[in-house]
Amino acid sequence: MNLASNENPDQLFSAIYEEAKRRRNAFKEADVPKIHIGMATCGIASGAIETKNAFETVLAERKIEARIHTVGCIGHCYAEPVVIIDNPGFPPIFYHQVTPGKAKMLVKYFLEKGDPLFEHLLGAMEENDLIPAVTDFPRFRQEKRVVMEKCGLIDPEDIYDYIAEGGYLTLVKALKLPPEDIITEVKNAGLRGRGGAGFPTGKKWELARTAKGQQKIVICNADEGDPGAYMDRTILESNPHLVLEGIAICAYAVGARKAVVYVRAEYPLAVKMVAKAIEQAKDLGLLGKRILGSSFDLEIELFRGSGAFVCGEETALIQSIEGNRGMPIHRPPYPVQNGLEGQPTVINNVKTLASIPHILDKGATLYRETGTEKSPGTAIFSVVGDVVHPGLVEIPMGVSLRTLIFDICGGIPNKKDFKAVQIGGPSGGCLPADFLDTPIDFDSLTQAGAMMGSGGMVVMDEDTCMVDVPRYFLDFTQNESCGKCTFCRIGTRHLLNILERITRGEGHEGDLEQLEHLSEEIKKGSLCGLGKTAPNPIITSLMYFYDEYEAHIKEKRCPAGMCRPLTAYYIDLDKCARGCDACVGSCPVEAIFTTSNRKKGVDQSLCVKCGECVVACPPEYNAVMKVSPPDLAPIVERPVDD
Amino acid sequence: MVKLIIDNKEIEAEEGKNLLQACLDNNIYIPNLCYLHGMDNPPASCRMCFVEIEGEHKPVTSCTVRVKDGMVVKTDTPDIRQLQRTALQLLLSVHDVDCAHCPANKKCELQRIAKFLKVGLKPKRLELLLKEPEIDDEHPLLDYYPNRCVLCGKCIHVCKTKLGQPLLAFARRGFYTTISFYGEKPASDLNSSCKNCLACVEICPVSAITLKNDSDQIAEA
Ligand SMILES: Cc1cc2nc3c(=O)[nH]c(=O)nc-3n(C[C@H](O)[C@H](O)[C@H](O)COP(=O)(O)O)c2cc1C
Repeated sequence: MNLASNENPDQLFSAIYEEAKRRRNAFKEADVPKIHIGMATCGIASGAIETKNAFETVLAERKIEARIHTVGCIGHCYAEPVVIIDNPGFPPIFYHQVTPGKAKMLVKYFLEKGDPLFEHLLGAMEENDLIPAVTDFPRFRQEKRVVMEKCGLIDPEDIYDYIAEGGYLTLVKALKLPPEDIITEVKNAGLRGRGGAGFPTGKKWELARTAKGQQKIVICNADEGDPGAYMDRTILESNPHLVLEGIAICAYAVGARKAVVYVRAEYPLAVKMVAKAIEQAKDLGLLGKRILGSSFDLEIELFRGSGAFVCGEETALIQSIEGNRGMPIHRPPYPVQNGLEGQPTVINNVKTLASIPHILDKGATLYRETGTEKSPGTAIFSVVGDVVHPGLVEIPMGVSLRTLIFDICGGIPNKKDFKAVQIGGPSGGCLPADFLDTPIDFDSLTQAGAMMGSGGMVVMDEDTCMVDVPRYFLDFTQNESCGKCTFCRIGTRHLLNILERITRGEGHEGDLEQLEHLSEEIKKGSLCGLGKTAPNPIITSLMYFYDEYEAHIKEKRCPAGMCRPLTAYYIDLDKCARGCDACVGSCPVEAIFTTSNRKKGVDQSLCVKCGECVVACPPEYNAVMKVSPPDLAPIVERPVDD
Repeated sequence: MVKLIIDNKEIEAEEGKNLLQACLDNNIYIPNLCYLHGMDNPPASCRMCFVEIEGEHKPVTSCTVRVKDGMVVKTDTPDIRQLQRTALQLLLSVHDVDCAHCPANKKCELQRIAKFLKVGLKPKRLELLLKEPEIDDEHPLLDYYPNRCVLCGKCIHVCKTKLGQPLLAFARRGFYTTISFYGEKPASDLNSSCKNCLACVEICPVSAITLKNDSDQIAEA
């Protein structure tokens, strides 16, 4: 037994909690409208600052009293800027795409006249008789928010907002438990690391606790470098205290007095939120020396990484904190044995640590009610690409890819067909439609050839070229390779060169065997996870879309019509309207000429295949055709005197 | 001392000794480029010294393994050889194979490994990718040849061992990773620091760092 308390943390905390409640009640009971504006990076990028300014200006102009409450991100990217208005007499209402103009209207009509502007609302945040609830949408109904429960609802810059929701109560509870009991609870919950590999968190903590070392260190990994992924950023921007609470519990459980949050410097808002949260928590005695009167000390530092993907790899991350070039080193020893400053170090992902307060609060049994036997809990994905409702989604593990993509995210836009989904970022794999019923959990995804990864998911429609996609990812990994080991440094470069050749129509016999061979060898021979997983997009696309590769090489044809050197545009003379000039002006290189009978033709030697003419051609004619291979385009002679 | 079996041969070694070193000491050659005797934490970056160890399901780099009693090691399986050949072919695919004009000729580690693995020096399967410029001549005394360099890092290691703060470092990333002189000092300081040392020139297994004009002299000789 190793109880940290020699005073009662409950008593010290209850004063803080009372203050939080008092503030919350004062806010809630004030008989004025409350306007919650999502101000995380995604909201700001969509214009949330202008929206907030518009609200402030109009409220002042019209002398209406209302409270503006800035909150984080609720995850509905397609709906940004998101505003929730809590107007007395109405349920809280979710408005989407609230431009400054819409903000003015909402003040004028809703706040002043009581008309909630049905055409602009998405739904009410709770069931009621007046306005359809957002839970009517599968997106809201089928999500299960555990980690992101408070994201977009509380002010990340106000620690009391978090505490009023029960924040830091679990830390208080933890401080009264023997550390070993906490580790047992995390083990029983079956929590697996959300940074990619799914390593059992409880086991990692136990290893760190029992490892020999003068002191233990906890690192929160928020390097998040996958293209298109922004789960960790959103959590840090929207609820930083949840992560700090998770870190504090972890530190207490493993016996650490020092923790580091490693955030990439390209996340300035996340950096700001975390820095502010650390200050606030210190001021209230929730971090620092003798936390809540106990004998437990914890200093949390913020480290800004310079944004190399490979620095997310745990050994490279440690190198980077120590001021060295961010190059991975051989494991073992693992960081839990010998990490930062040579001390046993727990490195966990943001989402892993953010799951901890919930697990300890609700207990392992309840936590396990969500998710599957081997992957308990929820999965958070940033679903992007060709989907109707992109955004951050938190779902129970075990939900199928089909449910996530088609029900929750609204399926593929523009009546196109689904082609593939890339899961796990550049280290993951592309799965075709046959795999849509695969449950989303660590083991099923790995079995299918993809991987859970950290939560990046890119959905691709029928117009996507499955040779170009791995080319894109290889371009990324090859750029992000640290250059240390032979296989990754040189091998991925050859892979990229071969893919580039194939997409240019210069592939030749033996290329596919070479891709397969090199991929396998790079997987086996590379030093770190970057190289070991970099070939995955190639391996899976070769497995599931082999015929597309063959079409590129043997027929010089890109089935998706994406690879420019393998496509051509021509104008169907039966459809082209005599005398119409719409396409001519759209062409940036003057490749379109007028034929002898006043229709149009494309000079293939000049055409750069930008596709502007397709857009310019009036829909009633729809005369511009795209073909692959390019020699399918009929040759139309330019009149000699043109 | 503990006993272990390497390629069906019983060998004695100190417990905890570096496995690669133990093999080399017992005349069992394992191709390697980045390992130096006495390194505490070998970089394991050349990815050559793979072996199979009973109980491990994947090939492991022998330079990162410590000898244990009863260990059963194989250095010569088809899988291992294939991995080593691929690593070598990758290195050769960025190597300016011009042995006749290279001061390392006949004492070059790449030549030795290629001979051992029976790999031709000009692999046909991979495209040759050479870098520009061919020579980095900014150092007052030394020239650096990126298209010879295998990025083993031995030069950095010896420089660091001698000076504490090395005058050489890895620079750039990924495919464009290179060795760069100077560390933090201005170029003019290098003359005096380097003149009486030249440890990097001596340690380089492929003569990627040479005294200025060294290679020309050989060509003329
Ligand atoms: C190339 C590479 C990049 C990585 N990037 C991240 C990252 O951005 N965030 C992260 O949490 N883990 C990343 N990881 C995984 C970490 O090495 C480590 O496994 C993880 O932080 C452990 O946390 P967990 O147990 O909570 O999953 C990366 C691994 C590799 C090989």
